[in-house]
Amino acid sequence: MPIPKVLGIETEYGIVVAGAPDANPITTSSTLINAYLSSLADRVEWDFVDESPGVDARGFALEGGSGIELDTHLVNAVLTNGARLYVDHAHPEYSSPECISPSQALLYDKAGEEVVIRAMANAKRMLPSGQEIVVYKNNSDRKGNSYGCHENYLVDREVPFQKIVGELVPFFATRQIIIGAGKVGSEFPGKASSKVAFQLSQRADFFEEEVGLETTLKRPIINTRDEPHSDGQRFRRLHVILGDANLSETSTWLKLGLTAIVLAMIEDGFLQDLKIELADPVTSLREISWDPTLAGTVLLRDGRRLRALEIQQAYLEHALDHAEHYGMGYLGNDTDGPALLREWERVLAALEHDPMTLADSLDWVAKWQVVQGYQQRHGADKQDPRLAAIDLQYHDMRPEKSLFRRLPMRRILDDADVKAAVSNPPPDTRAYFRGTCLARFPGSIAAANWDSIIFDLGTDPLRRVPMMDPLRGTEGHVGELLRRVKSAAELVEALGS
Amino acid sequence: MAEREQVRKSSPNREEVTEEEVAPSAERSDQLKAELDDILDEIDEVLEDNAEEFVRNYVQKGGQ
Repeated sequence: MPIPKVLGIETEYGIVVAGAPDANPITTSSTLINAYLSSLADRVEWDFVDESPGVDARGFALEGGSGIELDTHLVNAVLTNGARLYVDHAHPEYSSPECISPSQALLYDKAGEEVVIRAMANAKRMLPSGQEIVVYKNNSDRKGNSYGCHENYLVDREVPFQKIVGELVPFFATRQIIIGAGKVGSEFPGKASSKVAFQLSQRADFFEEEVGLETTLKRPIINTRDEPHSDGQRFRRLHVILGDANLSETSTWLKLGLTAIVLAMIEDGFLQDLKIELADPVTSLREISWDPTLAGTVLLRDGRRLRALEIQQAYLEHALDHAEHYGMGYLGNDTDGPALLREWERVLAALEHDPMTLADSLDWVAKWQVVQGYQQRHGADKQDPRLAAIDLQYHDMRPEKSLFRRLPMRRILDDADVKAAVSNPPPDTRAYFRGTCLARFPGSIAAANWDSIIFDLGTDPLRRVPMMDPLRGTEGHVGELLRRVKSAAELVEALGS
Repeated sequence: MAEREQVRKSSPNREEVTEEEVAPSAERSDQLKAELDDILDEIDEVLEDNAEEFVRNYVQKGGQ
């Protein structure tokens, strides 16, 4: 049986100051986040103690390797919805709380969008007139610089990492035909944009390895960072750096849901007869992205050539079979699983028949339809900067400027639920304990991170409450206690730590 | 009783839905084109004025 697929998304947003193109991005990101935090009553700092981004899932630790960013002293806060809001590298980043289902993780990703929208509005009031901080939910500046939207999935530690790699890579190389966010042109060195008018993915141009620890250079399709933020004897946190930041609710939900389904099948040993191994995954990833007709094929190790759609179809057929044998209880509720399978089937059938019928569902199709329509209306050629501007502005987070918001996209979420998720944590994971403690006792919390909270009770030494199981600390476990206690001291006493 | 009425009431609706689905695709495609035209009108209004400068000034360093 697969373990529950606790999951979440971290998004690095693009950031500029309109009216001040030379503004320092780190300062700007700090200003943006402080503008949000200053509108809240209290804030609590993030605690870095247990972080180890240099530990590799293949079983060795990296000493002083690049990409380790402990103790940055940059703006860094925990929100009452259990999320983390901070400056990472030179970007504002929102990491959603741990969620129990793909639809819940979608909800908290959208709550993150709402946070940055409020932050932009607050910052506007603080900046000189004529200047405005503008945030983009995309992954590239179109000049070869990329920034990530990382997914995280709880995986059973007993599954050998090599097995995860082997059975996941063909899925990862091909899932972009569904969940790519679309890009005008190419940033791959030596590949002229004139040769790639439009591609499926924002990120595919930037991947150079099949497996590795890096996230900023020589990016790998499978990232090996082994930092479980939980009991490392039982759990692995699969850190996925390949994906695009999506705006379409359908795209985000499918990205999380289908990946969780494939991981569950790997845990159950259900993909051993899949017999799909790409001869050159990194090249295939780019070839698939560069071909929005979806007609091209990629080479398999056994010499066959398959279309990305056929590879996705093979995964879907296994998933239907797996669901019949094992159910889909690992997705946290009764509804996500069957709905995801239906949507996976619908989308693959439509991609096979006529991708443009998915313009109301998928980011890359929606963007491509606008780009093509604009091109025809204005007789613009492929190099016209207005097409590149459409690509960027699709992701503009300002509601009045966002092109995405002008499209009649299918909705999954309710706006009222998104607004509530800006403040309230998901009830079904330890994020409930983190977020609720923060809301109730902000003055008594010295710091918090994914797997612990440090209480400052005034007289005693600081008290750390560990949360090593992402499924403990839920409303079911501690809701009654948290409602009953009158102080943090009483809470810590009752927890017996 | 109420249930039976419900069934009777819903069947003509169901036929209507079916008819819509098999409607000539030219009509559906005209409808989509009109929708896209409206979207493009809005995009013409909201797209950054100086596209070239906007795209040039969008630079992001130091991401993962």
